[in-house]
Amino acid sequence: MSAPTVEPTTAPAAAPADTAPAPDPRLREGAFGNATALACRECGHQVALGPFYACPECFGPLEVAYDFPAVTREQIEAGPRNIWRYKALLPVPDDIEQSPNTEPGFTRLLEARNLAAELGLDKLWVKDDSTNPTNSFKDRVVACALSAARELDAKVFACPSTGNLANAVAAAGARAGMKTVVFIPSNLEKPKQVNSAVYTDKLVAVDGNYDDVNKLASEIAGEEEGWAFVNVNVRPFYAEGSKTLGYEIAEQLGWRLPDQVVIPVASGSQLTKVRKAFQELVALGLVEDKPVRIFGAQATGCSPVSTAYKAGVDAIRPVKPDTIAKSLAIGNPADGIYVLDICRETGGAVEDISDDEVREGILLLARTEGIFTETAGGTTVGVLKKLVETGQLDTSLETVVINTGMGLKTLDAVADRVGPAATIAPSYSAFVASGIV
Amino acid sequence: MAVSVRIPTILRTYTGGASEVSAEGATLAELLDCLEADHPGIRARVLDDTGALRRFVNVYVGNEDVRFLDDLATPTPDGAQVSIIPAVAGG
Ligand SMILES: Cc1ncc(COP(=O)(O)O)c(C=O)c1O
Ligand SMILES: [Zn+2]
Repeated sequence: MSAPTVEPTTAPAAAPADTAPAPDPRLREGAFGNATALACRECGHQVALGPFYACPECFGPLEVAYDFPAVTREQIEAGPRNIWRYKALLPVPDDIEQSPNTEPGFTRLLEARNLAAELGLDKLWVKDDSTNPTNSFKDRVVACALSAARELDAKVFACPSTGNLANAVAAAGARAGMKTVVFIPSNLEKPKQVNSAVYTDKLVAVDGNYDDVNKLASEIAGEEEGWAFVNVNVRPFYAEGSKTLGYEIAEQLGWRLPDQVVIPVASGSQLTKVRKAFQELVALGLVEDKPVRIFGAQATGCSPVSTAYKAGVDAIRPVKPDTIAKSLAIGNPADGIYVLDICRETGGAVEDISDDEVREGILLLARTEGIFTETAGGTTVGVLKKLVETGQLDTSLETVVINTGMGLKTLDAVADRVGPAATIAPSYSAFVASGIV
Repeated sequence: MAVSVRIPTILRTYTGGASEVSAEGATLAELLDCLEADHPGIRARVLDDTGALRRFVNVYVGNEDVRFLDDLATPTPDGAQVSIIPAVAGG
């Protein structure tokens, strides 16, 4: 028996699976699991599964289309405690667990009672993706991209990155025994540079911002044979990895959807895929349908999506980023318009906060829940706080906030704000005199 | 007045496989007219029905996105390098 095909979220009637373009005969059978084609999210045009990312008709983004089999909760629960428990819903082969990968996912979903109390929320969870192998949610997307690169017989595994992606690509490539080349803006946080350079001797720092690095990578992808740029020419496969965040949240809540989710937005890809995951779970009968309000978080110094949301317009005007939240510093977010659609359609919002509020968000999460997040998570927690204060978030509803990255990578953001409360001589009288307690 | 235009993979069917072509025009709009004359069909891929740049295409003059400049009215001086690049997501 075959479950209903889940179509790309907003594509106008994608063609049914049996009219999908013929696969490349050089691909092995089942190379992309239950995926059937790449479909344009804008016009529905389909192309064969391969290293393609833009629609030849309208330049729209290509997304993976599937013919899903019937999948049960029991089958998923019997799987490994990593993202491959959802392999039937990803564009990866059935034997994916046989290939070396970093095996990310199934990170903890923590009930955050202290933070909830502090903010005045009835029920709050933190989905903590800082414990992935290279300490950000990017290990999820890279694991799927690596599978695609392997099946397409790519020789070089590469990416333009704001840092976390570079870390994940360099590590996964090392484990897979592939040559990696990662491109970053030269002003990136030092820990993120080191976290890539330990795994690869081909870290390339580009004088420019992320959007410049991205442009360069797109040009290289157009010229070099055999390169798999995870977020350029194998982007459709890569992006599907973010769905596992949504699957895990639902499974860890006991197979149900939360009422509200707050998600950081750089390119916007992750937010759209968490939504797609929820919709697929409903379509497959794995969770009950219900409204889920989706909120996007940006730092004011790079807030093109939030700006468009507040202005009530559909087009996103690119910006030149200037914020400490460098992992969110994409001035020209390709999936931004879908974030606008989703947040509006679900009754959510897109909000932004200052760099000081980002730092406060980091400290707030650390001091209420013992989770040290990077600037992206500081942004998300800070935006959560602002959404409560401005009445945009319903405090009586069950809320999940996603922490996508680890604080040790952006230590500088708070290093000047915290430190010893006192420096004292090693004597009891000195301690008493310090007035610490 | 010659300007070099980098063509993305998905549009190379219009340029006979060439990744770089030469075109003329004082502005991006004129340049696209010239491209259309030499490679019929290409303009409609880059511009939408209203004649604006499509949502998912980024066009650069030098290293600058034309949306930071004058869009289709952006000057394309002799010797400039124009790049047409599909938007990508995910950093
Ligand atoms: C830690 C972290 N959080 C969130 C994001 C944003 O994800 P997206 O680009 O899918 O919006 C990124 C990277 O882009 C990141 O590194
Ligand atoms: Zn299309």
